[in-house]
Amino acid sequence: MTALLEVRDLVMRFGGLTAVSRLSFTAVRGEITAVIGPNGAGKTTVFNCITGFYRPSEGEITIHREDQSTLALHRLPGFAIAKRGRVARTFQNIRLFGGMTVLENLMVAQHNRLQAATGFTLLAVLGLGRYRHVEAEALERAKYWLDATGLTKRADEPAASLPYGAQRRLEIARAMCTDPVLLCLDEPAAGLNPRESEELNALLLKIRAAGCSLLLIEHDMGVVMKISDHIIVLDHGKKIADGTPAEIRTNPAVIAAYLGEGDDDDLDVPVAAQ
Amino acid sequence: MIAYALQQLINGITLGMVYGLIAVGYTMVYGIIGMINFAHGDVFMVGAYVGIIVLTAFSGMGIAAVPVGLLVALLVSVALCGVYGFTIERAAYRPLRGSFRLAPLISAIGMSILLENFVQTSQGAKDRAIPEPIPGGFTIMQQHGFVVQMSYMQIAIIVTTLVTLGIFTYIVTKTPLGRAMRAIEQDAKMAALLGVNTNRVISLTFVIGSALAAVAGIMFLSYYGVINFFIGFNAGIKAFTAAVLGGIGSLPGAVLGGLLIGLIESFWSGYATIAYKDVAVYSILAIVLMFMPTGLLGRADIEKV
Repeated sequence: MTALLEVRDLVMRFGGLTAVSRLSFTAVRGEITAVIGPNGAGKTTVFNCITGFYRPSEGEITIHREDQSTLALHRLPGFAIAKRGRVARTFQNIRLFGGMTVLENLMVAQHNRLQAATGFTLLAVLGLGRYRHVEAEALERAKYWLDATGLTKRADEPAASLPYGAQRRLEIARAMCTDPVLLCLDEPAAGLNPRESEELNALLLKIRAAGCSLLLIEHDMGVVMKISDHIIVLDHGKKIADGTPAEIRTNPAVIAAYLGEGDDDDLDVPVAAQ
Repeated sequence: MIAYALQQLINGITLGMVYGLIAVGYTMVYGIIGMINFAHGDVFMVGAYVGIIVLTAFSGMGIAAVPVGLLVALLVSVALCGVYGFTIERAAYRPLRGSFRLAPLISAIGMSILLENFVQTSQGAKDRAIPEPIPGGFTIMQQHGFVVQMSYMQIAIIVTTLVTLGIFTYIVTKTPLGRAMRAIEQDAKMAALLGVNTNRVISLTFVIGSALAAVAGIMFLSYYGVINFFIGFNAGIKAFTAAVLGGIGSLPGAVLGGLLIGLIESFWSGYATIAYKDVAVYSILAIVLMFMPTGLLGRADIEKV
């Protein structure tokens, strides 16, 4: 049980609104960690901080590497989080490069490895040197994930022309092509039918088996309870519970948050006092 | 008279190629960071000046092989203009990224004025001329005493443009750099999340665009033989028009727009009054935009979420 991602005292403020307040948790290497909570609990904000979309107002986000060294994600510029931190993510509202083909989407994700071998693009133009070899490897990796997500037949179609479920799978495949140690998935099961949802579970377990840890935001409790190893529950930007699926299922604070108990306290505060 | 029309066609294509090369630079930058780089025309002018300096140095050294000199001038100009493009982006545009939309635009106009004045003070305000680098040509046909000529220079220009555009197309469609450029064009933040160093790719976009402008500058110099510090303005505006006509953001559109503008100019000059050729060009631009607001090959903006 070694920590992979450590979030300590994370605070994210937007003007007067505190979306996440003093959140600490650890995602363990080789596990699927789920982040759940009612709407507006701050789950996506946490993701945005981890992946460099937002710069946290306070707190630390650290990646523990296998060689015991650590990397402070909150200090890195956006692109370096994928490059050096090896953290990848998908979005709740899909963000593919719609005008590019499915295969090209997967190749962009391997940009750094490819670009390093192109000799300032000159060798790539001339088709010389190491580039060919590296490109063949990149294609191999792309094909592996196309296969794993069932998109092989559609490799040369524009990404925007894929049906919704396939676009979701492509986003996961693209994230995996960056060769991450941690994959953050923002509601991957949203809008999927039960069969697709089953397939997604299998895919996520396959990714974990391949040695990549997962951090998952999900509303579909069927998915969460079935595949996660560890669950963190957020409400109003604070962590209210942290444990195994079995512990979470019976935790009174979690049940209260989901059923809306405790809102009475909020009602006592006059709106004008804000 | 078919011969006369053919001659206009040849002239128009040659001119259009030069416009097309410059237009590609406008459209690339617009595609990737959504700004109009008004200094681009002046990079083209700098390219032509570098060419004249190299050629003069060559003849000063007593080397008479002009085609070789021209090739060296081309390479030196491409390299130097690449540095110019890089520096311009770094100094004038990058610090303003994330600022309001008009800021880099104003900065670009400032950069344009700076370059013009820099060349004016360092090279003089007078026209500079070179002798025709590759004289001669061959006769395609003769009709009623009118001779249709295609000069070697025109052939050189057309061939150079096609080769340059071929390399460029290969870079954009097949190399990792090109893929990264297209990805950034669609969603820069997402590209960064996949590990693409967007700032570096944007820098390289400016370098490539400026290199194309340098090629255009050398061709302009060797075709017309006369340049001054102000040619960047006119050619820049024309090329910008070409990019808009073809659909700004679309690379084939930029080349198509350039060719169309070259053809309109040369046919209008040949059949109507030469003084009104610019009026003709901009009228057609206005008409096309009225019916196709995104230009000939442009696509409507996809709503970004």
